[in-house]
Amino acid sequence: MALMVVKFDLKKRVKLAQTVWFMYWFAVLAGILVLSMGLFFKIELRKRSELMDNNESHFLPNLLILMGLIACGINAFGGKVCYDSLDPVKFAKWKPMLKYFLVFCVCFNGLLLLTSLLCFLMRIPLQFTLAEGIKNGMKYYKDTDTPGRCYMKRTLDLMQMEFRCCGNDNFRDWFEIQWVSNRYLDFSSKEVKDRIGSNVDGQYLMDGVPFSCCNPTSPRPCIQYQMTNNSAHYSYDHYTEELNVWKKGCRDALLSYYGGIMNTIGALVVLVTMLEVAVTVGLQYVNSSLSTLVNPEEVESESEGYLLEKTVKETFTDIMAKMKAMGKGGKVEEGGEEAVATVS
Amino acid sequence: MVLLKMKFNQQRRVRLAQGLWLLSWLAVMCGAFIFCLGVYLKTELLRRDEVMENTEIHVVPNILMMVGLASIGTNWVATRVCQDSLDASRFPRWKVLLLAWFVVAALLCCLLLAVVVLSYALQGRLEESLKVGLRNGIRFYKDTDVPGRCFQKETFDRLQMEFRCCGNNNFKDWFEVQWVSGRFLDYTAQEVKDRIRSNVDGRYLLDGVPFSCCNPASPRPCLQYHLTDNRAHFNYDYLSEDLNLYSRGCRQALTDYYMGLMNSTGPGVLSVILIQVSVILSLRYLQTAVEGAMALENPEGDSEGYILEKGVKETFEEVKVKVLTMIKLAQVDPEGVPDEAEAEKAADTATEKAASPTPAS
Repeated sequence: MALMVVKFDLKKRVKLAQTVWFMYWFAVLAGILVLSMGLFFKIELRKRSELMDNNESHFLPNLLILMGLIACGINAFGGKVCYDSLDPVKFAKWKPMLKYFLVFCVCFNGLLLLTSLLCFLMRIPLQFTLAEGIKNGMKYYKDTDTPGRCYMKRTLDLMQMEFRCCGNDNFRDWFEIQWVSNRYLDFSSKEVKDRIGSNVDGQYLMDGVPFSCCNPTSPRPCIQYQMTNNSAHYSYDHYTEELNVWKKGCRDALLSYYGGIMNTIGALVVLVTMLEVAVTVGLQYVNSSLSTLVNPEEVESESEGYLLEKTVKETFTDIMAKMKAMGKGGKVEEGGEEAVATVS
Repeated sequence: MVLLKMKFNQQRRVRLAQGLWLLSWLAVMCGAFIFCLGVYLKTELLRRDEVMENTEIHVVPNILMMVGLASIGTNWVATRVCQDSLDASRFPRWKVLLLAWFVVAALLCCLLLAVVVLSYALQGRLEESLKVGLRNGIRFYKDTDVPGRCFQKETFDRLQMEFRCCGNNNFKDWFEVQWVSGRFLDYTAQEVKDRIRSNVDGRYLLDGVPFSCCNPASPRPCLQYHLTDNRAHFNYDYLSEDLNLYSRGCRQALTDYYMGLMNSTGPGVLSVILIQVSVILSLRYLQTAVEGAMALENPEGDSEGYILEKGVKETFEEVKVKVLTMIKLAQVDPEGVPDEAEAEKAADTATEKAASPTPAS
C-alpha cells in the first residue's frame, strides 16, 4: 500500500511538472542566496580577523558556500529533468538515475538542516575566540612601532568607535594594561616613576582609557584620564557617571553582531531546506506518476503518483534487508572461494 | 525640403515599432533610476540637515525626483503608442496627444541638462551654507542643556568622527569658541579665572579640541589639550605633529563628499538624456512613417519617415507665425466690437474708393 497516493491524468501531470520546474528555478536562486550568505559571512570574519588572533574558524562559511554550490547544481539538474518529463522520449534517458538522484536529494536536505543547526551553535566557540583576541589586541595597542602590530591601535580604536564599546568586558580592562607606548613617557618625571614602581611588572598603569571609548552623547566633554579620582574633575562622580564612556564591553558587542548575522543566516537556511524538501517531494511525484502509467504506450492514460511505493515501515525494512544482503554478499563471496579452495 | 528623410517599407515599420517598444521600456527603467537617484541624494542631504543653513542645494534632488516620475509616465505612454502604431484603427486616437508628448519629452531632457549644470553651479552656495551651519554647530556645542540645541554636541561629534574632519576650516576653530559648558567649570579655580579674564567676552577659551577630532591612525595616544604648548607633553612638537588630529576641516570634507556624489551621478544622467532623445527621434520617425502609410491606398506599401516636414528655418517661421496669431487672437477678442466696426468702415471706404474712380473714367 503506497504512501499518499494521488491520481493523475495528463493535464494534472503537465501542471505538476510545470509547477515543480518553476519551483526548481526558485530553488536555484535559493542556492545562490545560500552561497552569497556564506561569502558574506566569510568576508565579515576576515575583516575582523585581527581581533580574533587570526584564529577564527572558517568552517561554517566554507560549509555554507559548499552547500550553496551543490544546491545550485542539483536544482538545475532537477529543473532539467522536470522540463524533460513532459516528453516521454527525453524522460526515458533520465529514468534510471532518478531513484539515486532522489536519495541524494534527501541526504542533501538532511545536511542542510544540520548546517542551519550549526549556524545557531557556532556562537559558543566564537565567544572564546573573541575574548582571547580582544585581550591580546589590547596588549598590543601601544606597539605602534612593532612591525606586524603597528595597526592594532587603529583597528582597536575604529572598532570601539564603530561598535560603541570599550575594553573586553568593560572599560576597566584598560586600567590593567599599559596602553601608552614607552616612546611617549618621560622616565625622568616623578609621576611616571611612581606609576612604574607601583606594580611588579614595571608597567605604566593608569586609570584612563583611550579616546575611542568616549561616548558622544555625554553632555560634558569626555573625561579620559584620572577617571576614578573624583577630585580631579569638577562636578564629577565616577560611581554615578554613566554617559561619559561606553559601558558595553567589546566582546559582548562583537558577539551580538556576529550572533545576529548567524541567526539570520540560520533562519534563511531553514527556509531554503523547506523549499528543497518541497521540490524533492514534487520530483518524486513526477517520477512516480510517469512510471505507473495504466497504458504505457498511450501518453494520455491515467496514472497514480505516490510518495513511497510501500508504507514507511515496509520501506525501512526493505532498506535494512538490502544493506544486510550487501554486507552478507561480501562475506558469502569470501566463504565461497574458501569452500572452492578446500574442495579442489 | 524635408529634414532627414528615410524610406520605410512595412517590415521596417514593424521592426521600428518593436525596437522602439523595447527602447521605451528601457527609458521607463531609466526614469525609475533617476527617481531613485533623487531620493538617495535627498536623504543624504537631509541626514546632515543640522549643519546646513539653507536648503538651496535641495533643488537638485527635487528636480531629479520630479523628472524621474514624469519620465516614467511619458515613456509608458510611448510604449502604448508603439503597441497601437501598427493597428490602423487604434493609432489615430494618439495623433492629438503626440505633439504634447514631444513637447513634454523635450522639456524633460532640458530639465535633466539643467540638473547637471546646477549640480556644478551650486557648489559655492553649498559651501556658504555649510560654513554658516558648521559655525553655529561649533558655537552651540556646549549647550547640551538648552532645549533645541541639546543634540548639537552629539551631532557634531559623530560628524567629525564619520567624515574624519575637525572644526570648520581646521582644528584651530575650536580655540576661538568656548566649547566646555559652564556647568562643568570650577569658577573658583585660578586657571579658570585666568582664562575667562584673558578675553573681552569672558569666555573660557583653551587650546584644546573635543575627542572627536582625534585621529585613530596616530601612533601615540591622542593629545587633546594644551596643543600649542610643547612642554606640556613629552616628545611633542606642535608644528610638526600632523597625525594627532584630523587635519581636514569639516566644511571641505562635506563639500567634497556631496560634490563627489553629484559628480558620480553625472554620467548616469547624461546617458539617460541620450536614451530619451533617441526615444523622441524614433517615435517621430514612427509617427510620420505610419501616418504616411495610412494615407496611401495600400497601407502595407512604402512610406517616408522624417523628422520635420519642412526645413528647420521654415518650421521655426511657421511656429512663430502660429504663436503670434494665437497671441493676436487673444488680444483682439477683448476689443472685439470696435475693431469690427473699424474693419467694416475700412471695407466701406475701400468699396467707396473703388466705386468713385469709375464715374471719372
